[in-house]
Amino acid sequence: MSGTDASRRRFLAGTAAAAAGLAVAPGVLLMPLAQARRAGEPASSDVRWGLLVDTTRCSDGCDACVRACKEENGWEGVGRPKTDAQWIRKVKVRDPRTGHTQSLPLMCQHCKHPPCVDVCPTGASMKRADGIVLVDKHICIGCRYCMMACPYSARSFVHEDVRDQREHAPRGKGTVESCTLCVHRVDAGRVPACVEACAAEGGGALVFGDLKDPSSEISRRLAAHGAEEIRADLGLDTGVRYYGI
Amino acid sequence: MRGVMAKTGRVLALLALVALGAMARPVAAEVPKPKLPPAKGEKCVEPTEVMRRKHMDYLLHQRDDTLRRGIRGGKYSLRECLECHVTAQAGQPLPTYGSPDHFCSACHQYAAVQIDCFSCHRDRPEQPAAGQARAPASGDGLTGPAIPVRTLKVLGPAEEKR
Amino acid sequence: MKPHVHFREIEGRSPGYYALLGLLGLLVGAGLVSALYMEIEGHWVTGMNNRIVWGTPHVFAVFLIVAASGALNVASIASVFGRLQYKPLAPLSGLLAIALLVGGLAVLVLDLGRPDRLIVAMTHYNFKSIFAWNIFLYTGFMAIVAAYLWTMMDRMGRPYSKPVGLLAFVWRLILTTGTGSIFGWLVARQAYDAAIMAPMFIVFSFAYGLAIFLLVLLAAYGWTGRPLGEGLLRRLKNLLGIFVAASLYFVTVYHLTNLYAAEHTGVERFILLEGGIYTALFWLGQVVAGYLLPMAIVFSPLGRSRGWIATAAGLVVLGGLAQMYVTIIGGQAYPLILFPGKEVSSSFFDGVVADYAPSLPEVLLGVGGIAIALLAVAVAVRVLRFLPEDLRDELVEAQAAAGGGDGSGTAGGERSGGAAPEAAAAPGSAG
Ligand code: HEC
Ligand code: HEC
Ligand code: HEC
Repeated sequence: MSGTDASRRRFLAGTAAAAAGLAVAPGVLLMPLAQARRAGEPASSDVRWGLLVDTTRCSDGCDACVRACKEENGWEGVGRPKTDAQWIRKVKVRDPRTGHTQSLPLMCQHCKHPPCVDVCPTGASMKRADGIVLVDKHICIGCRYCMMACPYSARSFVHEDVRDQREHAPRGKGTVESCTLCVHRVDAGRVPACVEACAAEGGGALVFGDLKDPSSEISRRLAAHGAEEIRADLGLDTGVRYYGI
Repeated sequence: MRGVMAKTGRVLALLALVALGAMARPVAAEVPKPKLPPAKGEKCVEPTEVMRRKHMDYLLHQRDDTLRRGIRGGKYSLRECLECHVTAQAGQPLPTYGSPDHFCSACHQYAAVQIDCFSCHRDRPEQPAAGQARAPASGDGLTGPAIPVRTLKVLGPAEEKR
Repeated sequence: MKPHVHFREIEGRSPGYYALLGLLGLLVGAGLVSALYMEIEGHWVTGMNNRIVWGTPHVFAVFLIVAASGALNVASIASVFGRLQYKPLAPLSGLLAIALLVGGLAVLVLDLGRPDRLIVAMTHYNFKSIFAWNIFLYTGFMAIVAAYLWTMMDRMGRPYSKPVGLLAFVWRLILTTGTGSIFGWLVARQAYDAAIMAPMFIVFSFAYGLAIFLLVLLAAYGWTGRPLGEGLLRRLKNLLGIFVAASLYFVTVYHLTNLYAAEHTGVERFILLEGGIYTALFWLGQVVAGYLLPMAIVFSPLGRSRGWIATAAGLVVLGGLAQMYVTIIGGQAYPLILFPGKEVSSSFFDGVVADYAPSLPEVLLGVGGIAIALLAVAVAVRVLRFLPEDLRDELVEAQAAAGGGDGSGTAGGERSGGAAPEAAAAPGSAG
């Protein structure tokens, strides 16, 4: 396995070099900053993964992030909108007093103090050391208390049998699921699918990175321009932040 | 209607559980040897004899390591098992769990073992779409157009001018 | 010989009894088949969806669990508060408490997404979760009430009756607090985020538990033809009226408090005025049928008739189901507030009232839970001595005056035989 790992790292370095200076979208440059965690190494609490949504760059008609997530994680529904899963959705926000509207993607906010984890009776709802909130579907009994507790309606319940799942995103009837921040990609040193798609096809509104690393782009952006949490009043310290709301 | 029988059985077992407070679990004292489809590769991740007896322990251990602790690249990955063990046979589509040609169900049907893993996990490797590298978006495959970055850097106005 | 209240199994050989068992068995069966259907097809065949995640089964389950703790009140009044007239009713009260809890839990479990993983729920615990505490509160409740029944029904246990009764009483208060807190601690939801939920659920439990107790008592004595004193019934129905009034009081305070906080006026307007079915269920179901009519009945001359007492109790049960529907489903139907003061819309039904319509399998499963509880009671009173043979007022009063407990001749005391002749003698000596 270590051979694969070494070649993987070499591969990463290679692509990274090729990617350096490559503008994916106007004003967005891919920076080679990290590599996959080594095989056998657990997620570390020295890192806290976060996502910054620059709502000024997010447009109403665009759903590149949603499509990418569907494709990546295989949650294309069966045409029953009320029971089909939605790991990420575009929300339109309108101020009735001024008529000002905004559009933004909403998904699991990867809270530092996640209510879903507190209420879960079996511990299936969990927060990984690096701050990613997940459902351990192996011990999820489908009680749906987490869905009652989530202030963002970020979770979905799988209402029917699923077939032809993606290899890296198992999902099945009777359990609860939500955005995993593409944990399988992050663990391989890559950014979530939505971020990639937003940079390539969308407005480049998503910035993914380590909130604990002051030199990371996300931290610098947050330091320079600030950002809000949705329902900040609940004090959940979300990992997903919104600029411009 | 794949697996309805199996599921009916499972739920009936559950009802029995609610009623009796005990669950009957099939116990295979002796591991049987049905005819198994051929595997890719030279050898298994452990000696064949050991795998027969202990594959469940490896799998169950690794799944917690991977999911809860984020440890990747362990050798008992369910995905990797299927990569080697579920292979196409002369012009036929890949078998699905429940068919006697599927590596895992061949044995489990024989031994009357019920597992629910494949209600979530894909039961066969993803086929490469025509003319495309396999699993473009997958993390571990790393064959697609990877963007190996921890951070997407967005240029400030000054940098953009350069 | 001193007057005694004697406990005896019901005869249970009449066609009526078998018809009752058959009917209840049929309902239990329908409930189980519905659960099976929901598990095989997946929950899309029910009314639930990703916005209303707890549906009709939870309405029944939570109602039964809340009523279970309330059903124990009659026993507590006797042993903890020393009102000895209630003592002869204590065994039935404990039995009903366990049976209702079992019925409620069965519904809850069968509505899980993965009921086949029940074993996981018993081996993995997250101690921050109220749900996980509740697993212990429920199992503990059953164990304690079972022990309590033993102290009442077996001579060996009798010395422990008082402390175990006290423990059961305290436990049931904690249990309902836990059930209320399942909702009360959900900060995200406008309708639930309130500390008053827990005490309010306790008061509800008093009313619901006593209503079911009264219905079962009237049915058991009516159908077996055993005498049941007017005085006893009068006390019970007055108590029901008081509990119902207390429920109304708590509901009023809850809504007034919410109306006062600007943050919650939206959800209040929804439940009280604009919520369609939820508004109708609140006013007509919970308030009129659940509070006003029962109070009018029990506190008026109508309350002297057994038929009307049963009607009042039945209305309290219906009102209770309406209350649970409004609390559980209405509370979820009202949209989450993501951006206060803004309008939101999305493909996931943000910003709009979610729809929900109960489906047949869900209703059958819920009714099946009630049937499980009643079936358990019907069988238990046939095989064990839960019901006093004769509950005429003179007998009950005389026994209470004589110190209740010791002379109560509870079931175990008669077990050595001769129950029948003694029982036959008892009415005579009382008269
Ligand atoms: C309810 C859905 C579900 C069921 C059922 C399920 N899994 Fe998983 N499993 C998952 C998810 C989700 C992951 C996380 C995938 C990731 O992050 O890469 C996972 C990951 C794993 C992994 C680590 C990833 C890999 O491919 O090695 C293993 C091993 C695993 N599961 C084994 C099992 C086994 C064995 C069973 C049956 C006993 C099982 N699972 C049943 C959902 C499920
Ligand atoms: C590199 C490819 C490869 C991988 C990965 C792999 N296997 Fe194997 N496995 C084999 C081969 C080849 C054999 C046949 C060895 C033989 O015939 O003696 C085998 C044999 C087995 C057997 C015994 C079958 C028999 O003949 O009775 C079991 C059980 C088994 N594997 C399970 C697994 C499981 C579970 C995993 C995943 C944790 C896995 N294998 C991963 C290649 C692989
Ligand atoms: C050589 C036959 C054989 C093959 C091939 C085989 N299994 Fe098994 N498996 C068994 C037997 C026998 C048991 C039951 C062991 C017991 O209960 O003690 C079992 C049990 C299991 C269990 C644990 C079930 C439980 O509830 O305890 C899992 C998980 C499992 N197998 C997964 C797999 C997967 C995945 C594959 C395919 C990669 C596979 N098995 C292939 C024979 C086999």
